[in-house]
Amino acid sequence: MGQGVQAGGPFARRSFLRFGAAAAGGAMLSRQARASAESAPPAEPDWSQTIGSSVVDRPYGKPSDFEKDVIRRDVPWLTATKESSVSFSPLQSMPGIITANGLFFERYHAGRADVDPRQHRLLIHGLVERPLVLTMDDVMRFPAVSRIHFIECPANGGMEWREAQLNSLQFTHGMIGCAEWTGVPLSTLLGEVGLKKEAKWVMVEGADGARMNRSLPLAKCLDDCLVVYGQNGEALRPEQGYPLRLLVPGWEGNVSVKWLRRIKVGDAPWFSREETSKYTELMPDGKARGFTWVNEAKSVITFPCPEKPVAAPGLYEIRGLAWSGHGKVKQVDVSVDGGINWQTAQLQEPILSKALTRFTLPWRWDGKQALLQSRAIDDTGYVQPTIAQLRKVRGTNPIYHNNSIQTWQVKPDGSVFDVQLG
Amino acid sequence: MSSSARRAFCYRSSPRKRGPGGWIPACAGMSGITLLFCLWCIPAGAASPGAFGYGHVATPQEIAGWNIDARGSDGAGLPPGKGDVSHGADVFIQQCGPCHGTFGEGEGRYPKLEGGVGTLTADRPEPTVGSYWPFAPTLWDYINRAMPFSAPHTLSADDVYALTAYILNFNNIVPADFVADRDTLPKVKMPNRDNFTWTDPRPDTKNAACMKNCIEPQAVKIISTAEGKDLTPRTTGPLDTMKAK
Repeated sequence: MGQGVQAGGPFARRSFLRFGAAAAGGAMLSRQARASAESAPPAEPDWSQTIGSSVVDRPYGKPSDFEKDVIRRDVPWLTATKESSVSFSPLQSMPGIITANGLFFERYHAGRADVDPRQHRLLIHGLVERPLVLTMDDVMRFPAVSRIHFIECPANGGMEWREAQLNSLQFTHGMIGCAEWTGVPLSTLLGEVGLKKEAKWVMVEGADGARMNRSLPLAKCLDDCLVVYGQNGEALRPEQGYPLRLLVPGWEGNVSVKWLRRIKVGDAPWFSREETSKYTELMPDGKARGFTWVNEAKSVITFPCPEKPVAAPGLYEIRGLAWSGHGKVKQVDVSVDGGINWQTAQLQEPILSKALTRFTLPWRWDGKQALLQSRAIDDTGYVQPTIAQLRKVRGTNPIYHNNSIQTWQVKPDGSVFDVQLG
Repeated sequence: MSSSARRAFCYRSSPRKRGPGGWIPACAGMSGITLLFCLWCIPAGAASPGAFGYGHVATPQEIAGWNIDARGSDGAGLPPGKGDVSHGADVFIQQCGPCHGTFGEGEGRYPKLEGGVGTLTADRPEPTVGSYWPFAPTLWDYINRAMPFSAPHTLSADDVYALTAYILNFNNIVPADFVADRDTLPKVKMPNRDNFTWTDPRPDTKNAACMKNCIEPQAVKIISTAEGKDLTPRTTGPLDTMKAK
């Protein structure tokens, strides 16, 4: 941390205001400057000389019309249908660590189910003493907890195993979101039904057309899994499994089953389609790895990035996100020369277990090519690997769990490209 | 005081002391009156099933309706019924052919269900039912729970058995006279069965947190760039509608 503090020192005292303005993003600043030329001082803007809209003009509320580009987007050529597909969160435009509910990435296997909460039921059965049917009112009556955790699809970055393909932060890293989730610990529900002594595994299943199901070891279920109905101060969105989903902190997103309707306790895993033919990693020797659940430590620089280039030489704040499925982010290092030298970035509070964590580093860009990288270290001591290190062990066909260091190439004109180094 | 009233009282009285499992206070580290209060707040039945008493006990009929899973490794949960290859071919052409092709060859970007044997170590592997799937009952389970894509879970158990038989047959895993049922499917050994490991070997990389002169400057080479590849949808303006590459 020492180097980050040292680097920030002079900026903090001598040019903080200028720095803060510049850090708002060069491209955005210049766009706003152009658009508001007639409203900039000494002139008065229109909105200061008229009366605005009334309360409840928009009873739910929505983002400013000027933010209309900040939306989930898909890669149309990636999947056969949009009902069994994925959309990506616009990380390049998301401040902080919390993902707005309307921007949280989507992953469906049979489309978004629109479930009536009055008719939704949760069935818990199998190797239990007292199988139960719960209504949503029943579920919400159990003692509730709220926790902040990320959910990341393990295919995040999956299109980059072989080579740099997508020139976009949104599409290389956007299958992740972080929210405050509210619900009941799965351990409470399993205690209420009572586990038989042979119980070792738990199957969770959705109410969507795919009846998406996965097996989980009992120990994880009793550790920190939640059955959630609240997300960032409101009910789950249908896109996130309204009215009820599982949250398995730190593990690949697929196991956090949405529209949760059934929990079955058993003595062995189910080997469902989603944990055999999918969500397994094919290694170069033809063997495949299954039940690789944890999303290992990962990070990415969110400014600059291909969508947010740098405008001109000068002082900027490199910003990024780091996370680990094993616990807390302990340290993030940043390189501007392709990994020759590194500086330790500042971590922004709060630093929470299995949650997105912000990091920043002041950077004076000299107008020459730069190769920006970030490297996360979590509290197990694990260091985020390079893509070359991952490929050496896992080849180019695992699809899932690419947690490699991302390289952004900043060209002398300030444009930014997704590249990979040898 | 009834147990539910005591529970409610205790929950409200010491909300910060409740354990991770719910409202039960964590009494560790307490002494004297605090400890007594805390222990009183743990009702006798706290850890026993039904302590909250919410919802209703599931009836066998309720469970039977939703208890659809068949376990891949041993077929536990497969229902009565059966289906043969020839009936499977008829159902497949009607229900599956438009996306998966008549013989599982796949239409457009929809999944191929056959072929790819021997490609798992190739540069461009083709994982299919025949080349990749480890367990035959998983095929029955998946068709039954999620297919046909536009009308999932509408086929009879017999039709799902027949489809399973047909798909295994066009992958040359079972003969043309194979009849799939709850006894025969678990005995089918899938060709790739033994090529999975089910324990996580990670961490399998060991990067060093080096800070200075970590690599030679001349070793820093861009070997791949997304620039100019024309694969990236736009990230401003309306959603992109770019076509398959």
